[in-house]
Amino acid sequence: MIDLGPHAGFILAAYGGVALALFGVIAWTLFDARSVTRKLAHLEAARPSR
Amino acid sequence: MSIESTPKQSWWNRMAHPGQFVAWTTPLLWPLAILTLCLFILGLWFALFNSPEDYQMGDTVRIMYVHVPSAWLSQFIYVAMSASALGTLVWRHPLADVSMKAAAPLGALFTTLALYTGALWGRPTWGTFWEWDGRMTSTLVLLFIYLGIIALWRAFDDQLRAARIVAIFTLVGALNIPIIKFSVDWWSTLHQPASVFRPDGPTMPLSLLTPLFIMLFAFTFLFITLYLKAIHTEVKRRRVTTLQRRAAQKEAS
Repeated sequence: MIDLGPHAGFILAAYGGVALALFGVIAWTLFDARSVTRKLAHLEAARPSR
Repeated sequence: MSIESTPKQSWWNRMAHPGQFVAWTTPLLWPLAILTLCLFILGLWFALFNSPEDYQMGDTVRIMYVHVPSAWLSQFIYVAMSASALGTLVWRHPLADVSMKAAAPLGALFTTLALYTGALWGRPTWGTFWEWDGRMTSTLVLLFIYLGIIALWRAFDDQLRAARIVAIFTLVGALNIPIIKFSVDWWSTLHQPASVFRPDGPTMPLSLLTPLFIMLFAFTFLFITLYLKAIHTEVKRRRVTTLQRRAAQKEAS
């Protein structure tokens, strides 16, 4: 890792916060997608066949 | 209605039919995700290991590589939402409703990140985390607009009605976008004027522009990937609601 100088704390907090938020939104998007897909599959399966 | 049973319509209508849209955009997700990952690896390598420090700001200039893309997306997403709002009001297109709804939380996230990274960049550069100047205040207003839009979506059970109200609110809120853009020219602000997107070209050297543009593309492709996935989920959520309603009606009759 390079020497980030006297304000390293600010730089690391900025990158760390952004990384945390981006991982969070990716995880949330995938979790939401899976839970809705599962619910839809369950409902489609329960429908009487035409 | 399944994708196969969609009636024959014009090319554009078929592409924009929610079911069709999910079908033709699903194969794009993995290539987009891989491209985003590659851009982030390259961008972070340039941003942290292969770019010089600024002659005035020193290493804090590296915060720019996450701040500017977040700020760019905060406004780009709002413009995309406003275009969708027109689609809702003019053509009453269901995909436009879904597009507006899927974009709002992502817009709120990137606006929060722009404010957060801006505060962390401001403290060592200006000596303060926050100042009520034109650029920062108008960006905070943008965050409140996003949060208001998310709250409006949640306030209505009838999503068709919600879409029309949200679309009007979104278009009124779009007035804030030029205010954010030109705030640094109209008022005396702590925030520097535009240094990248200028009519006479960027004022930054290539050594700083290279990581910045790679990170701009990385963030933009991440947004596009998440946005598509969120649109797919919203289309399915609406199908779930329809099926649940039908099941409830059947039970009641």
